[in-house]
Amino acid sequence: MDSSKNKQETRQITQALEGNTGAFLQLVTGTILDERYQVQDVIGIGGMGSVYRARDLHFPNVIKLVAVKEMINQAPDPVVRQTIVQNFEREANILVTLNHPSIPKIYDFFTQGEKSYLVEEFINGRDLEAILKASPEPIREDQVILWAIELCDVLEFLHTHKPEPIIFRDIKPSNIMINQQNHVILVDFGIAKIFKTGQKGTMIGTEGYSPPEQYRGEATLQTDIYALGATMHHLLTHRDPRLEAPFSFADRPIHQINPSISADLEKIVNTALQYNPADRFASATDMKMALLTLAKRTGALPRAASASLVIEQQDVKPLWTFECEDEIRGAPTVDGGLLYVGSYDNNIYTLDATKGNFLWKFATKGGIVTKPQVVSGTVFFGSEDNRLYAVQAKTGKMMWDYATSGPIRCSPRTAEGHVFVGSDDGCLYAINMTTYQRSWAIKTEGPVRSSPFLTNDLLYFGSEANEFICADFRGTVKWRYFTKRGVTSSPVEVDGIVYFASQDANFYALDAKSGWVIWRFRMGKGSISSPSLSENQLFFGSADNYLYCVDKSSSREYWRFKCDHQVSGSPLIYKDSVYCGTANGSFYCIDCKNGRERWKFVTGGPITGTAVVNNDVIYIGSTDHKVYAFIA
Amino acid sequence: MEKIFKKIFGKKEVAVETKKTPSVPLVQTTPLTDDQLKAVSGEIVQLSPPQFLIGCGQSVGIQRDHNEDTLFYLSSILADGVNDVPFGLCVIADGMGGHKNGEVASGVAARTAARTLITKIYAHLLEVNPDPMEESLQESIEKTVNDVQKTVIRYAPGGGTTLTLALMMGEQVTIAHVGDSRAYFIYPDGRIQRLTKDHSLVQRMIDLEEITEAEAQNHPQRNVLLKAIGQTDMIRPDLTTHQIPRSGHLMLCSDGLWGVVSETEIYRIVSSEADPALACKSMIEAANRYGGPDNISVILVKFLG
Repeated sequence: MDSSKNKQETRQITQALEGNTGAFLQLVTGTILDERYQVQDVIGIGGMGSVYRARDLHFPNVIKLVAVKEMINQAPDPVVRQTIVQNFEREANILVTLNHPSIPKIYDFFTQGEKSYLVEEFINGRDLEAILKASPEPIREDQVILWAIELCDVLEFLHTHKPEPIIFRDIKPSNIMINQQNHVILVDFGIAKIFKTGQKGTMIGTEGYSPPEQYRGEATLQTDIYALGATMHHLLTHRDPRLEAPFSFADRPIHQINPSISADLEKIVNTALQYNPADRFASATDMKMALLTLAKRTGALPRAASASLVIEQQDVKPLWTFECEDEIRGAPTVDGGLLYVGSYDNNIYTLDATKGNFLWKFATKGGIVTKPQVVSGTVFFGSEDNRLYAVQAKTGKMMWDYATSGPIRCSPRTAEGHVFVGSDDGCLYAINMTTYQRSWAIKTEGPVRSSPFLTNDLLYFGSEANEFICADFRGTVKWRYFTKRGVTSSPVEVDGIVYFASQDANFYALDAKSGWVIWRFRMGKGSISSPSLSENQLFFGSADNYLYCVDKSSSREYWRFKCDHQVSGSPLIYKDSVYCGTANGSFYCIDCKNGRERWKFVTGGPITGTAVVNNDVIYIGSTDHKVYAFIA
Repeated sequence: MEKIFKKIFGKKEVAVETKKTPSVPLVQTTPLTDDQLKAVSGEIVQLSPPQFLIGCGQSVGIQRDHNEDTLFYLSSILADGVNDVPFGLCVIADGMGGHKNGEVASGVAARTAARTLITKIYAHLLEVNPDPMEESLQESIEKTVNDVQKTVIRYAPGGGTTLTLALMMGEQVTIAHVGDSRAYFIYPDGRIQRLTKDHSLVQRMIDLEEITEAEAQNHPQRNVLLKAIGQTDMIRPDLTTHQIPRSGHLMLCSDGLWGVVSETEIYRIVSSEADPALACKSMIEAANRYGGPDNISVILVKFLG
């Protein structure tokens, strides 16, 4: 390679970086192309240029809209440049010969300098990728069946094309438009991508939707069938296959993610997704027939989504229950065979953990929503009466208390002779357990309800005033991180990263030393649920009703489980199950590995607290005034 | 007061109730050999501020006539006794495709990645009064990889490249990865941990148990990638953040090294050579001794402190 060319390329690259990296210069509104097409707007950006909506000025009395696809050829190598032009022309040539309602009509093709343009029918609609993005839920079965039948129809048309069958090779949601009449249009025939075998990196199609053989350079009719199956799987589960390992659909059965999908439809999708092409439908016609048969049987037309009647079966029976005089909003604690739990009836109760027998109670002047902390024979807990109490664990005799200026809704934590507790007065207090005096307080602008996480030299907590704080044990703030809403969730730190949820609908992973955000995970709504960790899996609930399980180093979602209402407490992990309660009163036991429900028990009121486990028994409090004990 | 406080708090194990991760099942262990012990005990140096020592090596190999790999690294430190944040960035890109677009692609990718991350993140560290970052570290890196993707499509159409980059800040390293270059942690006790998974057809076939690791080594399609920069319209790199192992190494390399030199030999070279640049030189020599079938690029980071 000569050095001048090398330099030229380097300069071009540098120029691109100085501006908006990698962006092409787009045509401005009003530009008239080929003295005929007036650009109105950019409707898409592809790898080689933009797609515009334009008006055809040859029809001055009516507004005829067209789509103009631009291809800017900037390849430095003449051979490559030539290939690109040929590919673009090939797309035009394929399209112009095809006549099918699901294929856009082509009107014109022209070249201006290094830019080529293809003028096509303008489709007023949205592609399936945009539809999926806008929909928080998977697409309804009936709808998917109707679209899939039309897609099979157009594939049948392409596959039986004479003289040679046309293989689309890149079926995926973003290449499927749905027009105003809810019909399917296949777009982007720019698939003149030539297969070469054995050469590194010669893969075509879209990762996630393409079948195994396509990576080996083979394309058959079954290639499109697989990609259609992959697209249907994405629509029915709302799980993007590009985020998963290739060919891993079998690991994500549809009914597991979306139980409302019929076994018949799942069978059709699974047939299309077979690893071996010979095991798939032999033709698009066969697949269409299977879908039509199903549609006929089910009535095909969109049915009103009737709420399915769920029969609440209480298969699981509690070992024992204990009833207080008011709601239990906080979490119990078990220590030395005793269970401690606070109630909104102002009392802290102590029960025999094995049988649930009452032992003693201690009355404060306000409701108790905090989880008691037991250390060396003393129970610590905060109350709505503004005080932190220290009570003898065996007898319930008061030892000392400490008054703050606001209700205490933060569960205390202890370390090295101090109790750390937040108050609605905006402070986090460090109270000496021998002198009963405060050693220091960190002031924030809002109530502190998040329990501090204590490490060897630092502590972490959130505040309702939209901040998250890291301080040392002298009470000096090391860093603050500002969220958009309050942080009620109690953080967890492991391997130098601190994790917590916020009411701003993000779950955060911050560098514990500096407060830099390493990753954020978007939830559907805010969360006050504290995370739990098990090896690489992070579990947390949210007001969007989901219990999430994500990877702690990448935020990659392993699974999410849809509960019947919001999850406020911290999930409890025990053996290979995770337990959580919801505001609907349900208490779930879920398989850690795959997020499948193992059992569910419905209590008489919302569950806001966290479960605790001891000796294979799980304990949970509910606002129906009761504590429940279950065999794990 | 402060003294008392220090006394009460000290550096002892904190007796708080925390969610303990389930204990690892017991494993059979054997006593470390003298060499291993020496490696473990000899390298624990407490440096203040903590630092990264980086070396690299590159070779066209024996059987290729030109180089399509690009590598980049930067190591820096800003220390003021309060916030000592060492910063490091390593990038390896292994280009592919005909008509010179392979080498163009890897060059475009490494330059774009380095430049974007230096502007976005490194420059931010040097701000006097920095505004809080709008994006998370992983989001910034993901966007960077997408910029890289667009730039490669633009300047090397038809070409493709792998991209494995490591951004080190403080005690964490974040890895972004597309393709079949690799990142490893090499621990002083001889353990080698792969941090990346190849986006290759053979790796996927191994996962599906269609073929074995051994079959993969000589599989006719072992060069086919499932993901590469410049080859799809959308790219989602694998992104992970790991705590940097104390007194261990991070290694990034192209398949010209890992496909040829065994992990045992890599460990032997890395542990016997104190200078990472010389260790890289030895690894390159080893790869070429075994035939040097492909371009070789390697970056070795030694963690001190």
